[in-house]
Amino acid sequence: MSNERPVNINLLPTRFKWPLPALASITHRLTGAGLFGGIALLLYLANLALHSPEGFEQAGALAHQPLPRLILLGLVAILVYHFYAGIKHLFLDFHIGETLEGAQRGVYIVFILTVVTTAVLGVALW
Amino acid sequence: MVTSVTSFSRSGLSDFVVQRVSAVILGVYMLCVIGFLLANPDLTYEGLVAYFGSFSMQMFTTLTIFATAAHAWIGMWTIGTDYIQPHYFGKGATTWRFLYQSICVFTLFIYVGWALRIFWSL
Repeated sequence: MSNERPVNINLLPTRFKWPLPALASITHRLTGAGLFGGIALLLYLANLALHSPEGFEQAGALAHQPLPRLILLGLVAILVYHFYAGIKHLFLDFHIGETLEGAQRGVYIVFILTVVTTAVLGVALW
Repeated sequence: MVTSVTSFSRSGLSDFVVQRVSAVILGVYMLCVIGFLLANPDLTYEGLVAYFGSFSMQMFTTLTIFATAAHAWIGMWTIGTDYIQPHYFGKGATTWRFLYQSICVFTLFIYVGWALRIFWSL
């Protein structure tokens, strides 16, 4: 049994140039972990906005203050990235874009779509 | 066969499927809510409550809450088991990983209860 355990490789002494898909993959993880914490903020806002007409006004005003607005926009950005990177993952599951060129193209598409969508949502939602 | 005691479903293959099915649910829900917000720039409190308070939307939200819990657990578990290892955390790695996983589960439990209360009290 013990020899069938998965082996965890120590990456610390490893010096390698990060391939683009690896960078996209770790960003997918980081944004996922960020969203884990971001849920608390979203639930706080949903609770406030849905609780009462006064709370609705407060939530609207809060979303327009500089710092909360920046944090919310950051949350939107990592949500959008995680969404597109997830779709890329589903494509890979179906063996689409698995070649080196395909994987790199996929990352570029995810990066560009994330920037464009975040910019559009940042303008449209505020 | 390797058995794991802390993964979502005790099976990596099953976790793989749950992670993807829950992802699709979350993606569709997100598109619906963002679409609703974009389509209603002059949204009122009554309009927001009418949207989230309809029974069909409450059911969809509940599905999304449970999909979030499963998706987040599998994702956070994967991160924890990859990085909270003896290479990086020394001999106490298993203890730290257990602590990390406990915090994740507890946080998700709070999220689920809180979210259900918010959307079912409408």
